[in-house]
Amino acid sequence: MIMQKKAPPEDLRIGVYVCHCGANIASKVNVESTRDFAQKLPGVAVARDYKFACSDPGQELIQNDIRELGINRVVVASCSPQLHEKTFRKACADAGLSPFYCQMANIREHVSWVTSDPVLATRKAKALVAAAVRRLAWAKALETKRVDVHPDVLVVGGGIAGIHAALLLANAGKKVFLVEREPTIGGHMAQFDKTFPTMDCAACILTPKMSDVKNHPNIHMWTYSEVEEVAGFTGNFKVTVRRKARYVKEKLCVGCNDCVEACVLKKDKVQVPDEFNVGLSRRKAVYMPFPQATPACVVIDPEQCLQLMKGKCAQTCVEACERAAIDFDQTDELIEIDVGAIIIATGYKVFDARRIPQYGYGRFTNVYTTLEIERLVNASGPTGGELILRDGTLPKVVGVVHCVGSRDRRFNPYCSNVCCMGALKMAHLIKERTGAEVFNFYVDMRTAFKGYEEFYDQILSEGVQFVRGRVAEVTDWAMTEEEKGKLIIRVEDTLVGVARRIPVDMVVLAVGLEPQADAPEIQRCFNISCSNEGFFLERHPKLGPVSTFTDGIFLAGACQGPKDIPETVAQAGAAAAEALSLVDRGFVEIEPNTAWIDEDVCSGCKTCIPLCPFKAIKRDEERGIAVINEALCKGCGTCVAACPSGAAQQNLFTDEQIYEEIEGVLSYA
Amino acid sequence: MPEDVSLPIAEEFEPRIVAFFCNWCTYTASDLAGTSRMTYAPNTRVIRVMCSGRIDPQFILAALRGGADGVLLGGCHPGDCHYQAGNYKCLRRYRLLKRLLAQMGIEEQRVRLEWIAASEGDRVQKVTNEMVEQIRKLGPLNLEHIPAPDVDVDAEEPLAAAAEGAVS
Repeated sequence: MIMQKKAPPEDLRIGVYVCHCGANIASKVNVESTRDFAQKLPGVAVARDYKFACSDPGQELIQNDIRELGINRVVVASCSPQLHEKTFRKACADAGLSPFYCQMANIREHVSWVTSDPVLATRKAKALVAAAVRRLAWAKALETKRVDVHPDVLVVGGGIAGIHAALLLANAGKKVFLVEREPTIGGHMAQFDKTFPTMDCAACILTPKMSDVKNHPNIHMWTYSEVEEVAGFTGNFKVTVRRKARYVKEKLCVGCNDCVEACVLKKDKVQVPDEFNVGLSRRKAVYMPFPQATPACVVIDPEQCLQLMKGKCAQTCVEACERAAIDFDQTDELIEIDVGAIIIATGYKVFDARRIPQYGYGRFTNVYTTLEIERLVNASGPTGGELILRDGTLPKVVGVVHCVGSRDRRFNPYCSNVCCMGALKMAHLIKERTGAEVFNFYVDMRTAFKGYEEFYDQILSEGVQFVRGRVAEVTDWAMTEEEKGKLIIRVEDTLVGVARRIPVDMVVLAVGLEPQADAPEIQRCFNISCSNEGFFLERHPKLGPVSTFTDGIFLAGACQGPKDIPETVAQAGAAAAEALSLVDRGFVEIEPNTAWIDEDVCSGCKTCIPLCPFKAIKRDEERGIAVINEALCKGCGTCVAACPSGAAQQNLFTDEQIYEEIEGVLSYA
Repeated sequence: MPEDVSLPIAEEFEPRIVAFFCNWCTYTASDLAGTSRMTYAPNTRVIRVMCSGRIDPQFILAALRGGADGVLLGGCHPGDCHYQAGNYKCLRRYRLLKRLLAQMGIEEQRVRLEWIAASEGDRVQKVTNEMVEQIRKLGPLNLEHIPAPDVDVDAEEPLAAAAEGAVS
């Protein structure tokens, strides 16, 4: 598009408000000099500086100028528009000015916080203010579009976060689709034996909620299902869900397990490791994930079932099932649903301890992870709740290693948040079940929430020994008679300042939390962002902790970062409240940054049509011009940049506005 | 440690760089660099666009013509575009523009495109500092040997047509 030399409107009365943001801006940017600079810019009627422009008196200052001085355009030079554009737009609207006559200059995030030299910072601030003033001349009083919101909500992931969020929304009368990838809901929490710090039995507090989900009239619980595609926008998402074939009719199966008994894969060696017991037991081709699985419905593993793999089997399961629930002809089903809001609660995976070979996991049979111990101490676990070594004897000395894979630059630099408390819980459970002597090897003890420090005190008083130091190695290389046949933990005891060798029978690795392996695919499917370590990124760490950069999509639980159960449940509640506030409001206001076609200029060349990712542009064959469907346009502006004749324009980002901004930032070096 | 920029000596050349950052990734990353107090060279002036696909190659030319010594473009990583593929469109135009710049006698290093995700505040710092150093080495953009820009429609048409012909 060519640069148009139209004259800006003449009746401009611009007010410029330079914010100190306490000392955040004022300590680097000379706000008085910036104000004086702005005062002299063409079209500026008044320029002021103020301590906190976003505060009530700050907003009133702007509103008074609109009312009393007839200010008809407002520039706020303060923080990022991502933070307070809405605030100042609303302030303008409340004073009777179009919210789109408000323009922000980002002199905090982009200037004062990133520039060390005050002179250069002030210079940069002035350039950004000049650009905002010039850009504003071309602002239009746009209308905000209102779009109805679909009242249903999709929750992705059926762990404790998804369960809690789904129940809250369903109880509020909303229809909820709960989509879970595994054959049962419950997530990691279902695998736990006890929960810190109160040592509630995990199943006792979780399974009633699972059953509530199953029985709730407002919840469509779709297990063994995955979200395939997401289209649409806030308030109006179109989601395609793949319901994988489980080869069992969910409505008929009652979970009697007769088919499991009957399955011909009887020998251990032809069975596969059981996912729920983290490989500590084996399962058949047809299986129930665990006794309290919800739905109480078996599933057939197509990669192990002889009938499905080879088409040849005695089909004893079919014979055994009195309700004729087994159906080898089932196929995947794709269902399209409409929802107004989406909550992502896809959880985490545990760190793979094999990545630290010196800890011997996978090499020494008596090195376990915390998740494995959870299963071993669980009454419905593979040993019926007995915590025994691989040879069947009770351990006499156990070492619990903290920070495995966490706070380590070689693996994950972040703290996994839950492992200290988890490792303390392990120490307690091991002592309680076996009477063994327990050593905990920690780097720093992090027990910072309600009742946690008290729990640590309790474990201390139970006689668990604490060694401060990162474990160097777990070895079976005995150097003394006493060490023979044991695993030796080598560690520098940093409180005493000596290298120690501590022989133990069992090692428990407190593995950290990591993003799900397919988090990048989930991220792309839902069009959200990831932080550096791969967890989903919240919109704002303080003010939008469960929101994402995509409106209408919220985060709950450990998919956003490592968290324990209380924090996960609290966040799930917050996500449910955000979703409820969106769908109950009934409408959304869409930022009017859509593209439009200047019909007098468009030559109908069709350049823009294939560029639009949303298929929003069609050619009106009669008139020979392009037409943009405003409802489909999401406002990226790709067509505008491509239009050779300048017919395509984008509201809020017209060519004039951007050229003015370019000239503005360059007008003051 | 954040890199500090020392006070410029008056006569020393200070590069002027216009940056076009997409709203969802690079502008947000730039905000993050701010909230994380990552100090970097003060020579860039960021202009926000919704998508890197909105960056008309002529914006870049206008910036260079208007006095910028370099132009920095920032978009979402491939596959992460908030609008599916705007960043690819940006990449295509960028590649083509670089060739045109060379033909005009402008060093192609004066224009740089980077994918910077919302969480990569440190990359904004690094890329900005690198860009400033790069332009400092190249020196001021001297357009005097290039014929004066003609803002006449016909003069600019072939450029737009060439840029978009390859795009569509």
